[in-house]
Amino acid sequence: MEPEGSPSRPMIDEIHSNGGINLCDGDVDDEPSIDDTTTTTTNNRPIISSGEQLDVEAYGGLYQGRTKIMRLLFIAENCEGNPAMRLEALRMAHDEIKKGENTQLYREVVQKIDGELGPNYAMDSAWCDSVDRRADQKKEKLENELNAYRTNLIKESIRMGYNDFGDFYYAHGALGDAFKSYVRTRDYCTTSKHIIHMCLSAILVSIEMGQFTHVTSYVSKAEQSPEALDPITAAKLRCAAGLAHLEAKKYKLAARKFLETGSELGSHYNEVIAPQDVATYGGLCALASFDRAELKSKVIDNVNFRNFLELVPEVRELINDFYSSHYASCLDYLGNLKANLLLDIHLHDHVETLYDQIRNKALIQYTHPFVSVDLQMMANAFKTSVAGLEKELEALITDDQIQARIDSHNKILYARHADQRNATFQRVLQTGNEFDRDVRSMLLRANLIKHEYNLRAARKH
Amino acid sequence: MNSLEGVVVQIQGLSSSAGDISRLHVILKQAEESLRSESTRLSPILDQLDPSNHSLGYLFILEACTSAPVSKEQAAMLVPYIARFISYCAPEQIRLAPEKFIAVCKRFKDQVMLLGTPMRGVAPLQAAVRKLQNSSEHLTTLHPEFLLLCLLAKCYKTGLSILEEDIFEVDQPRDLFLYCYYGGMICIGQKRFRKALELLHNVVTAPMSSINAIAVEAYKKYILVSLIHNGQFSTSLPKYTSSAAQRNLKNYCQPYIELANSYSTGKIAELDQYVQTNGEKFESDNNLGLVKQVVSSMYKRNIQRLTQTYLTLSLQDIANTVQLNSPKEAEMHVLQMIQDGEIFATINQKDGMVRFLEDPEQYKSCEMIERIDSSIQRIMSLSRKLTTMEEQMSCDPQYLAKAGRERQRFDFDDFDTVPQKFNI
Repeated sequence: MEPEGSPSRPMIDEIHSNGGINLCDGDVDDEPSIDDTTTTTTNNRPIISSGEQLDVEAYGGLYQGRTKIMRLLFIAENCEGNPAMRLEALRMAHDEIKKGENTQLYREVVQKIDGELGPNYAMDSAWCDSVDRRADQKKEKLENELNAYRTNLIKESIRMGYNDFGDFYYAHGALGDAFKSYVRTRDYCTTSKHIIHMCLSAILVSIEMGQFTHVTSYVSKAEQSPEALDPITAAKLRCAAGLAHLEAKKYKLAARKFLETGSELGSHYNEVIAPQDVATYGGLCALASFDRAELKSKVIDNVNFRNFLELVPEVRELINDFYSSHYASCLDYLGNLKANLLLDIHLHDHVETLYDQIRNKALIQYTHPFVSVDLQMMANAFKTSVAGLEKELEALITDDQIQARIDSHNKILYARHADQRNATFQRVLQTGNEFDRDVRSMLLRANLIKHEYNLRAARKH
Repeated sequence: MNSLEGVVVQIQGLSSSAGDISRLHVILKQAEESLRSESTRLSPILDQLDPSNHSLGYLFILEACTSAPVSKEQAAMLVPYIARFISYCAPEQIRLAPEKFIAVCKRFKDQVMLLGTPMRGVAPLQAAVRKLQNSSEHLTTLHPEFLLLCLLAKCYKTGLSILEEDIFEVDQPRDLFLYCYYGGMICIGQKRFRKALELLHNVVTAPMSSINAIAVEAYKKYILVSLIHNGQFSTSLPKYTSSAAQRNLKNYCQPYIELANSYSTGKIAELDQYVQTNGEKFESDNNLGLVKQVVSSMYKRNIQRLTQTYLTLSLQDIANTVQLNSPKEAEMHVLQMIQDGEIFATINQKDGMVRFLEDPEQYKSCEMIERIDSSIQRIMSLSRKLTTMEEQMSCDPQYLAKAGRERQRFDFDDFDTVPQKFNI
């Protein structure tokens, strides 16, 4: 490799050894690790950690409400080959559902458990029936109350009535009805606090339903409120917006939203998202879509976001590694995180795309400063074979993301700077030809149209 | 017989000056009926007349001769007469009766085709086109007939000489469609794909109130030529295409559009298979040869793409990437492309490596400067043409009437005395 500038010994060594660095961070955790990696974490806070299996109990403890149940069910569905984790997740979901009033979900979970957890987890029809009966009674009561309020035309009471309805439907899993009820409160909202409350409820239900277009519209509605939002609410809205962008695959916007989330969020929004998630989603999206300058200013130098990154040291490390060009370790971290990230309900569909984008960015960044690059060394740095690396580089060059050409015989990548003068001449000649051709066609068409016009005029007379 | 004799005498007498000729024209028009009735006996008369001096009269008699359907022997006899006439006739005289001239030439073409010797008709029709044209920018009804004969006789180069001229004035839109379609086919035959694309594009985007078969066939070839020349095809037609075309063309050309989609995936095996399965459809449109060219152009395009990413590449790798069977085949393809000037490369047979070079054109040579200069001149003359056209249009009474009616009126002073309609 010939770096532009005088090579200093340490840098060459570093570059050479990029493939072989073995990082050991802190002490080994007391929990036994199933895979044999050496990168571990010190404290118990990070839940999605490298190489070790997801601690389902701790993971579940981060959330509450319906999202906890949905996440646990998702984990149960997607952890193939790990029956212990599956049963654990189902057990926790079952316990959580029993605390609530959603009989539909209860039936689903019991079916999935299928008696594997013993007699305590079999179908408890008595419980189902009593819950359903209570639900019907409550619904009647709520309806009567609401009708009474409506006849009295007291705005505040009507609003509370619809709110209660919304909560009721949400607890019983009728998400569509819940959403409609919440939206109906809009007409009876008097203060901006009411509006914000309505928006937050609507956002919650929309996220559970998976309809993220609603999320975006209600976030903007809430943010337009004339009063200043308190920091927690503002943080909640940013998270929701970030999630919406993530689902829409707009990673750059999602990253920006997550990075702007205030650290006051804490666990106040754990019916939707945990602060660890904010860090992970924000970090990965930023890495996949930001350029270097933005990465430095918005992520690495972002004091606010540092609080979130403390919760997931791997993500922090991998961002730092990427920025300082230690690609091998960065990709290592990513690889370790992958299995657990695939179990995350929101990130599941995007893991592959984000990983590809991050890897491509790493490749591009690696080749950027050099006039020529030895493919063997680069393959070591990226822990891949030369042939595989060649294929990846070919794709990037064809996509015009790297300006270079591969000398396949000697396995060297040469940077290629387009010859501006020749390119200009070519473009000029081409434009001239196109202009010529287009004008002639236009004149011809004008003549035809004139002919048709004359014909029509002649026929009229 | 007497009337015939009389006509002959008139022709011979009145063919000297312009005034006489117009009188002759009137007389001939009146005599048309009688001439037609005696069509069978007119052939000996032709020997009495001289085609170059008595062109108008000759023309009328020829037209009457050929007005009835002719048999093969009669055709064989008439064809040399007509050919001679076309070569020798005087343009000013025949321009007085263009429809007759066109009719005669058309029948001439029919007869030549009936005899199965289209080659005989090529040169006379070329002369006919030149004589009928008002200017080199004028498209006559004879253009497409001439091109058709060139196609049938496989005299592509002669056809090309007419195609080189730009057309700006058109008599009949139908002529333009046929002209561009045949012209496109001739250019394809000569492998001038850029010009073919231009001509076919003109057919497809020409203003038309309803879709016609020529446009459909032209669109099919347009898709294929676009794939060969550009390597890609976009189904969206430009804005100025007529709405009839935009809505309907695609429905008739479905197999071709699927072929274009298959091409864009870049997999030769798929493309081949698609061509195999749909061979009869392409065959029935007489496009199978062109389709085969499309398939072979795919190899070329893949190899060209490689020049953008690689500096050197082994023949084995080329064979693998482009899905050829062996390095030898790859070598042959690359060699052919180097000879055709489509890529710049050197083959090192010892290592089995190909080294791709940059385009050596430095744009510094005299030829290049001449080329640029001639392009500039061309475009300047086009601009001048546009300006004159605009001036003409601004003086056109119809345009002024319409513009005058529809212009915005801002205050009372605007309601001035521009008349609604010019009475000239």
